[in-house]
Amino acid sequence: MFRETALNVRDKKVQGLFRLLFLTMTLLLILPVLVILGMLIYKGGPVLSIDFLFTAPTDGMTAGGVFPALLGTVWLVGVALLVSVPIGIAAAIYLSEYASDNWFTRIINLAIINLAGVPSIVHALFGVGAFVVFFGFGTSILAASLTLAIMTLPVVIVSTRESLMAVPQAFREACWSMGATRWQTIRRVVLPNSVSGILTGVILEVSRTTGETAPIMFTGAVFFTPFLPQGVFDQTMALSLHLFVVATQVPGVPDELPYGVALVLIGMVLLMNSISIAFRMYLRGRKKW
Amino acid sequence: MVVQPGQAAEESVSGQILTVKDLTISYGGVPALSGVNLDIRENEIFGIIGPANAGKTSFLKAINRMDMFTAGMGVQGEIRFCGQDVQTLKNVYALRSAIGVVFPLPVGLPMTIYDNVALAPRLRGIKARQDLDVIVERCLERAALWDEVKDRLDSLGSLLSGGQQQRLTIARALSQEPTLLMLDEFSIAVDPVTTMRIEDVLKELRQEMTIILVTNLVQQANRLADRTAFFLQGSCVEVGDTATLFTGGAQDQRTTDYIEGRFG
Repeated sequence: MFRETALNVRDKKVQGLFRLLFLTMTLLLILPVLVILGMLIYKGGPVLSIDFLFTAPTDGMTAGGVFPALLGTVWLVGVALLVSVPIGIAAAIYLSEYASDNWFTRIINLAIINLAGVPSIVHALFGVGAFVVFFGFGTSILAASLTLAIMTLPVVIVSTRESLMAVPQAFREACWSMGATRWQTIRRVVLPNSVSGILTGVILEVSRTTGETAPIMFTGAVFFTPFLPQGVFDQTMALSLHLFVVATQVPGVPDELPYGVALVLIGMVLLMNSISIAFRMYLRGRKKW
Repeated sequence: MVVQPGQAAEESVSGQILTVKDLTISYGGVPALSGVNLDIRENEIFGIIGPANAGKTSFLKAINRMDMFTAGMGVQGEIRFCGQDVQTLKNVYALRSAIGVVFPLPVGLPMTIYDNVALAPRLRGIKARQDLDVIVERCLERAALWDEVKDRLDSLGSLLSGGQQQRLTIARALSQEPTLLMLDEFSIAVDPVTTMRIEDVLKELRQEMTIILVTNLVQQANRLADRTAFFLQGSCVEVGDTATLFTGGAQDQRTTDYIEGRFG
């Protein structure tokens, strides 16, 4: 009864084959990541130094550091978050906690999904038309950040809504049945239990925004400026655009410099991602139900 | 506030706290409960028995207007609580805070034990720590939970055992200082010992409030309820004194059959 039949043997072979196939695909997936990181560290590593991070480019951008671009990216991402996070969270709370399921909210949901699918270059052109020209902000941090904000809004909304929906409905019903209003329920039960997920989404958002190039290159980020940004109406350099510039637009740049810039950019993104992952692990450790 | 226990005695007829007339509840147009007529007297334990899908939970939802949160749930007919028609009542929050609810599965909110019990008083605007301390201790004591948790009021309510969480839910309901307490099959996820303790608690509470006890255990209704209603497949078959129903005095043969365990 326990002897292997021919059928058993065949099943086992097929099963092994599929396992191998899936494993190969998974390894193929991490291969590019390893190669990219390895190349960057190998070629750009020697360039990196504290000086590189905190000095401006010199000699027609063929030497020096990345400080104006680094600072500019921080400005752009910061202002974008100031706009997209409050709006995104408020919209997500409305959609998840207040709105009933009708044609109106379905259209809104459809719009959010479509907004997420718009290519970033289209966002860039929209930003030029709306913020640079129509609102008259000129090419400035404000215009670029607003463009970035609109681009990232759908992601903030979706991730926040998912965190809110992860709070069991029974908690809400228990709170409502005690005479709490919807807002009291959100404030005392729903938000405290979804804040971890919401913040994780926001941090991931930061890492995505950091690398965007197209939406900022026509709206606020410049090729080169000798000045550091003083306010939201200034133009600024940005890491992502700076990488594009030193890699392709400027003659006579030493080979390793673009790799150094790329390493700083990816380092920023990875730093944000690891903060997000650490944060999520910490909060999952004290999950409350 | 419209709903006031003190007013209730004056407004309602002969100590009836809840009167239900021609109540029909439907989901998306399909009736789940229809033609219910009954009244519930002050300070009685009113049992509701019946098999699954009889409409018992829907009945409770209609009383404290939780139908507002259920898509497609429609309620027709009249429900008067303390003399007030709950369908036309604007201040549903006052209605709900006057009615404590205990759910089938214990819902310990993911906050500390203290905060669980202090939530309703806080919603009422009580902020002073010493006032809250008094309420929390009294409610936990009355729910027979104080001795087990008094040294760890700051630990999470959602991490208590099922039986403890259910008593926490009762303490939370009591912190609303309710006029009416509705329990929906509270013993479904609770061990027999805890069930008996909660039943003792309910017997005590009867002196101060009215209790509606929906139960899947026929004998629980027999032990606790003054009067009992039998719901079956979306209608209320009969309402009678528990003692009469359980001693073969039921009007309807189906009631006797259900009580004696021949179906359901």
